[in-house]
Amino acid sequence: MCSGILFVHIIPGEWSPAVDHAIWAEGLVKRFGETTALNGVDLAVRTGSVFGLLGPNGAGKTTAVRILATLLRMDEGRATVGGYDVATQAHQVRQLIGLTGQYASVDETLTGVENLLLIGRLLGMPKREAKARARELLADFGLTESGGRAAKTYSGGMRRRLDLAASLVGRPRILYLDEPTTGLDPRARLELWDLLRDLVARGVTILLTTQYLDEADALADEIAVIDHGRVIANGTPDELKAKTGAQTLAVRPADGAGLPVVQRVVTELTGMEPEVQGSLVTAPVTEPSVLSAAVRRLDKAGVLLAELQLRSSSLDEVFLSLTGRPAEEAPATESEEVSA
Amino acid sequence: MTATTIEAAGGPQQAPDLAVRVTPLEGVRQSLTLAWRSVVQVRHNPWELGDFSIQPIMFVLLFTFMFGGAIMGDWQAYLQFMLPGMLVMNMLFVTLYVGQGLNTDITKGVFDRLQSLPIARWAPLAGRILADQVKQAWSIFLVLVVGFVLGFSLTGNVGGLLAAIALLLGFALCFSWVSVLVGITAKDPERVQIFGFTAMFPLTMVSNVFVPAATLPGWLEAFVNVNPVSIISDAVRGLLLGGPVADPLLWSVVWALAFLVVFAPLSVWAFKRRVV
Repeated sequence: MCSGILFVHIIPGEWSPAVDHAIWAEGLVKRFGETTALNGVDLAVRTGSVFGLLGPNGAGKTTAVRILATLLRMDEGRATVGGYDVATQAHQVRQLIGLTGQYASVDETLTGVENLLLIGRLLGMPKREAKARARELLADFGLTESGGRAAKTYSGGMRRRLDLAASLVGRPRILYLDEPTTGLDPRARLELWDLLRDLVARGVTILLTTQYLDEADALADEIAVIDHGRVIANGTPDELKAKTGAQTLAVRPADGAGLPVVQRVVTELTGMEPEVQGSLVTAPVTEPSVLSAAVRRLDKAGVLLAELQLRSSSLDEVFLSLTGRPAEEAPATESEEVSA
Repeated sequence: MTATTIEAAGGPQQAPDLAVRVTPLEGVRQSLTLAWRSVVQVRHNPWELGDFSIQPIMFVLLFTFMFGGAIMGDWQAYLQFMLPGMLVMNMLFVTLYVGQGLNTDITKGVFDRLQSLPIARWAPLAGRILADQVKQAWSIFLVLVVGFVLGFSLTGNVGGLLAAIALLLGFALCFSWVSVLVGITAKDPERVQIFGFTAMFPLTMVSNVFVPAATLPGWLEAFVNVNPVSIISDAVRGLLLGGPVADPLLWSVVWALAFLVVFAPLSVWAFKRRVV
């Protein structure tokens, strides 16, 4: 049942017609010369929800966002945003969306106020209204005091906030966030998460790309895991976790000598080659009864344990079991930042 | 729900009352807003201001007093000869800011943001070029003021002066497309600068801006005489100092149009390759 939900291919008509999709994409294909960045991606993002597009670097996340933001033309497939076709009704789509790119795309030489004023004026607001909107957003994002300073003097977190504010000037109903917290320290990251939750509470639909599994887990209502230009799984975070074996068995022997025995026992119990990190042995399990079996077998073998637990699978483990390789291609420092 | 294919695919109702396209008037207003932004950037970036304010002044002073005597025996005579060419050289260098600004926008992601807004596709470029015209006007003004203070005398008439300014601005408008192409294709803003020095510097130096072509060895003279920088310098010289201008003026316009016709489509092509 679970796997049925998980691997359902998005076929027109299969969704309930009552469900309102802010973003709908079918069979997106995009090639850059020899490389195929997107190889038939389907996405369905419900209005008012947060949709997480999760995948490692180079999986095709940014390409998908750029197509949906009308910045890039797809080679095949079609997509609608707010009911408008991104290829033929780009101007209407642009009136509905806000985009925060992968790098804080603010004009560094302008002040915070000027950056927001620029967008407001471009959107056709009278000067007065644009100024009022700029002030309002700076206040919302805790930038009132630094509003008069050039953006190049801002910290990474402030720049990101200004970037997000800039994408909200026109009160978009649909917001694209391409790796919004990449390069932020843990505190700035949590602050940004809170801001995003506020936006969702106000009814904004968010399409979020991230290579941080905990981020998708924390923010998204639904997740599509993307790898090499294909959606390899989608569903709610819980559904994804349920798919790979609802739970993970983790065993750590008290000393290194016990490690081979633990590995052998876990392999036999789960029927899977376990993941070994240092002295920690983990494997996905579908039957909770393996825990007591593990206790018995290891006790009998005389292995002293430092740790033994059955826990919900993390999305890292989900990714591993879906692709056969870890999700993290980013440098180790970044992943440390995340878990810190 | 209506029966369009999109509705059948589970898409939502289209939001009503969204504009279908940008009107030309809105496009012009957006370009003006973006031009405003480029001018405000200068206020925050004294480096750039220094580049096109202090540099021209410095060059006029440097060439007049350092080389004037050696080249023409007396610096006053040299100032008369050199100043029109200086206006041309300056104009060419100022166009580099179009490419540099464009490149900064593309590499920093600002361009993506602009393209994701419901604005005219051409507004970001038009804004840049419009701002360039403001910078051009300012830089022409500065060179002329310094020239007049040092004793440059306008031997042509005021109509000639106005025509010279119009020619410089018009040529800049067309030549900007070279800068646009460099801005779109260069990896980063520094490379736009490097282009400026490796291509524009020799091109302006190997012209009749600083020395009369007749003093050069024959082969070099031949090149200098066909260099468009020399041709437009001759035109500006003629307009400011009087004398025959019809020929260089005509060829200046031809060169300007040639730059436009070759580099505008090339830029659009390169732009589509890089951005779309």
